[in-house]
Amino acid sequence: MTATTASAGSNAGGAPVFTARGLTKVYRMGEVEVVALRGVDLDIYGGEFVVLLGPSGSGKSTLLNILGGLDVPSGGTAMWHDHDLTRADEAGLTRYRREHVGFVFQFYNLIPSLTARENVALVTEMSQHPMTPEEALALVGLGERLDHYPSQLSGGEQQRVAIARAVAKRPDVLLCDEPTGALDYPTGKLVLEVIARINATLGTTAVVITHNAPIARIADRVMRLADGRIVSIEVNSARVSPSEISW
Amino acid sequence: MRMLDRKLLRDLWRVKTQVLTIALVVAGGIAGFIGMLSTHESLKLLQSAYYERARFAHVFARVKRAPLAIERRIAQIPGVSGAETTVSYDVLLDIPGTIEPYAARIIALPDGDGTDSRPRINQVTLMAGRWIDAPASNQVLVNETFATARKLKPGDRIAALLNGKREQLEITGIVLSPEYIFPGRAGLGDETSFGIFWMGRKRLAAAYNMEGAFNGVALRLSEHSNSASEAAVIGALDRVLEPYGGTGAHGRGEQWSHRVITQEIDQQRVFGVVLPSIFLAVAVFLLNVVLTRQISLQRGQIAALKALGYPDRAIGMHYLKFVLVIVAIGMVLGLAVGAWFGRGITAMYAGFFRFPSHDYRLDPWIPLVAGFAAIIAAGSGVLTALFRVIRLPPAEAMRAESPPTFHATLLERFGYGRVYSTQVRMILRDVERRPLRAAATVLGVAASVAILISGTWWKDATEYLLDVEFRLREREHISLALTDPVSSAAVHDFAHLPGVLAAEAARDAPVRLYSGTRGHVSYRTTLFGLPRDTQMRLLLDKQLLPVPLPPAGIVLNSRLARYLDVRAGDTVEVQFLQGERRRTRVPVAAVIEEMMERQAYMNRDALNRLLGEGDAISSVRVRLDPARRTAFLQAVKQTPRIAAIVEIDAIIQHFRRTSARFILVFTGILTVFAAIIAIGVVYNNARIALAERAWELASLRVLGFTRREVSGLLLGELALELLVGLPLGWVMGYWLSWSIIQLMHTDTFELPVIIEPHTYAYATLTALAAGVVSALIVRRRIDQLNLVSVLKTRE
Repeated sequence: MTATTASAGSNAGGAPVFTARGLTKVYRMGEVEVVALRGVDLDIYGGEFVVLLGPSGSGKSTLLNILGGLDVPSGGTAMWHDHDLTRADEAGLTRYRREHVGFVFQFYNLIPSLTARENVALVTEMSQHPMTPEEALALVGLGERLDHYPSQLSGGEQQRVAIARAVAKRPDVLLCDEPTGALDYPTGKLVLEVIARINATLGTTAVVITHNAPIARIADRVMRLADGRIVSIEVNSARVSPSEISW
Repeated sequence: MRMLDRKLLRDLWRVKTQVLTIALVVAGGIAGFIGMLSTHESLKLLQSAYYERARFAHVFARVKRAPLAIERRIAQIPGVSGAETTVSYDVLLDIPGTIEPYAARIIALPDGDGTDSRPRINQVTLMAGRWIDAPASNQVLVNETFATARKLKPGDRIAALLNGKREQLEITGIVLSPEYIFPGRAGLGDETSFGIFWMGRKRLAAAYNMEGAFNGVALRLSEHSNSASEAAVIGALDRVLEPYGGTGAHGRGEQWSHRVITQEIDQQRVFGVVLPSIFLAVAVFLLNVVLTRQISLQRGQIAALKALGYPDRAIGMHYLKFVLVIVAIGMVLGLAVGAWFGRGITAMYAGFFRFPSHDYRLDPWIPLVAGFAAIIAAGSGVLTALFRVIRLPPAEAMRAESPPTFHATLLERFGYGRVYSTQVRMILRDVERRPLRAAATVLGVAASVAILISGTWWKDATEYLLDVEFRLREREHISLALTDPVSSAAVHDFAHLPGVLAAEAARDAPVRLYSGTRGHVSYRTTLFGLPRDTQMRLLLDKQLLPVPLPPAGIVLNSRLARYLDVRAGDTVEVQFLQGERRRTRVPVAAVIEEMMERQAYMNRDALNRLLGEGDAISSVRVRLDPARRTAFLQAVKQTPRIAAIVEIDAIIQHFRRTSARFILVFTGILTVFAAIIAIGVVYNNARIALAERAWELASLRVLGFTRREVSGLLLGELALELLVGLPLGWVMGYWLSWSIIQLMHTDTFELPVIIEPHTYAYATLTALAAGVVSALIVRRRIDQLNLVSVLKTRE
């Protein structure tokens, strides 16, 4: 694992997959304006494992949502390769999400009326070169619980189904917003291991949001956000496995 | 408490469209109830007020010729408060400028000058012109309906054959009479072609040699009379008149005009109860769904209120108020619309009935009952939801609701799961998880289709009835009633009138039939004696196939047989109401199907044998060469002894015209009501489904599903429910129409439940349109789903 992380962490090879310059985002909440991003510049490279770290309100979710095509910035540019996410229309963003992005959220967002297998199939049915739902679920260690409904699964299992659903279409990038936020400690670690393994074995670029500093040690690079700005970017010289960290 | 009320107002404002759509459904129910029932009450009041003011008679009798001397004996019958005799005859009119001869009844006004010549019973009200001032002259008064239809005004002159002698009558005034609000006679119920005239008694009596005699009497009963004392009076009157050729006295129940009006008025009550019940049921269901939803959305808030120490009762009251506000809005709207609607319908009917007053009255008990019913219905609708609030422990309420449980659908368990896509699977499982809600939506859609059908099918049924009764059964073009029976040889005279292709004569006798099987059931009707091989008055069975006329025995139509509770093979007692008034038992030879009237038939020769009158006829049916209709009608005007002429086409047109006006009004109103129900049900369910699944749908959007695909999931469920609800509505519509007919048993005709495909199509398309409009509104909301915020929180 160290070999892979080292090469990805060097940033030396190839062009970045994400490029953002001067990203700003202002929300209008009733009569007040909330500035979520105040000019963010960043580059993320293929195969990288990036952690966005910061307290709540620092703008990390807004940034992730813009990178994922869920939201559009108020100013600045965000590029996916040579594809301008800030200029894409609704249909363009939907296509971008469908073809390139895998999302994992704090609350799993599984469809309660579908089994684990069917939740994954929901995505594989509309993808070009997906894995089978069974493969994807085996990847997250749920090969045995294919036909269970979300209500029959624990929180950790539900989150792993969500990850399987995100990776089954072999996305170019995996965006995870507080994936361990709703989980207990051992289950959270299990989920992080799954994300790290997918990053390592499939080469999927992973961007993970957390407010939990120790988790940052499993990443190639850690971007710290505060008050809508990136305040520091650290390169982990020695990435550790999720099993080795504790919080 | 004040903060809770503020919260209430804001909650209501937040779901204002839902509040409005539900309030509209409640308003529909209340408006229907108030409108129809107040119309019913107003018309009843107008009817009885008019009857009292005009001293409408309680008992009526006709007699061949009775001496005036017995007037005093009649007045002395116990229970009689007033009696008045008169002379009246049916004649044929010749109105200048019109081709058709019209039938009319001429009634004698009491002897005397000026006000003395006004009848004391069945008073006529002068509407225009003046009273007759020369009782011995040919001055006449005419009833308003006929005057309007035939464009007659004071000063006009018309010709009439009085006892076979052509006379010029001068119209001096236009009047209303309580006895002839609907001038008509059984089978000839067309008030526009049957005129009622009043003239001086001296003049009329002289024309018919009736000086010192009378042929009609009307009685008023004392104030405390009831049906038993009325029957006693009728019996006594019959005994007095018997020697003079009495045809049997009867009460208001058998008086044509009264019967028609009472039936029409009673129909309002049926509509006033059946339809609003459906509306209230739908409103209750919507309130239940919306409140349940509100409560599950506000679990956290309820927990907080409980934690703060609000008692269950206060919280329960808070949600009850939510419902009461909606019901109150519905009631205010319903009251306003109902009163407006009642006023309009009352005026329409009062105009149609020619009541002198059109006053509308809304008794307070009607809105009170409506409001009480709405509150009880709505209150019971939300009870379950309220219990959930009260039973919810605060700690549990703080937590998010656990994810809903799903199962494989029945189809999947039987192995059909592979057949359909993941999306379809989601839709089906969702429907199966909330079967009650899905069923309720289906029922709501079905109810609106059913209401539409029940308001629209009348036209289909009317057309069918006209087609069967007047094209298939009555084959003649024109029928003529003779003033007195004549020898059957006279049919040849009619056959030789210009334009006649075929003529057929019948002997029609007024009778009262008594059925032996059920005590004293009797019915007054006409017994038609038809020629053996009748070609113009076909007897048909259920399949509309001709039934041959039996050589002996009586044939009853199905409606009369049901009324008398007899079947073929039983015996009925026939009392003839003319001539020697013979009474005899006759076997029922057959029962045939008819939708109009309660009538009986017999072989003409057999009937004449029973009457002991030799080979007589009293009516003639003819088929005409259409090109020579005018020549025929002109010849009829010169023919004596014709009491009435009826053109089948005129009956059909009149029937269509009068029913069309009412059908149009009711179809319009019911269409609006049904659309309100359809929108109320579909919109509210879609909104609630959207609120419950916004999170799921947004997740799908994040995964890359397009708006169209996501809308498809939610609207697919609606489409499925519509798809099931529409055909169910057809069945319910048929059933509802059938039920209304059962409740509206009328004396004069019985509409068959015939619903044409275009009526089903109209109902389906209207409900579908309401569903699609609701779906489009919700679709716009799906498009506006905020992907980011919905992911932030676990619902």
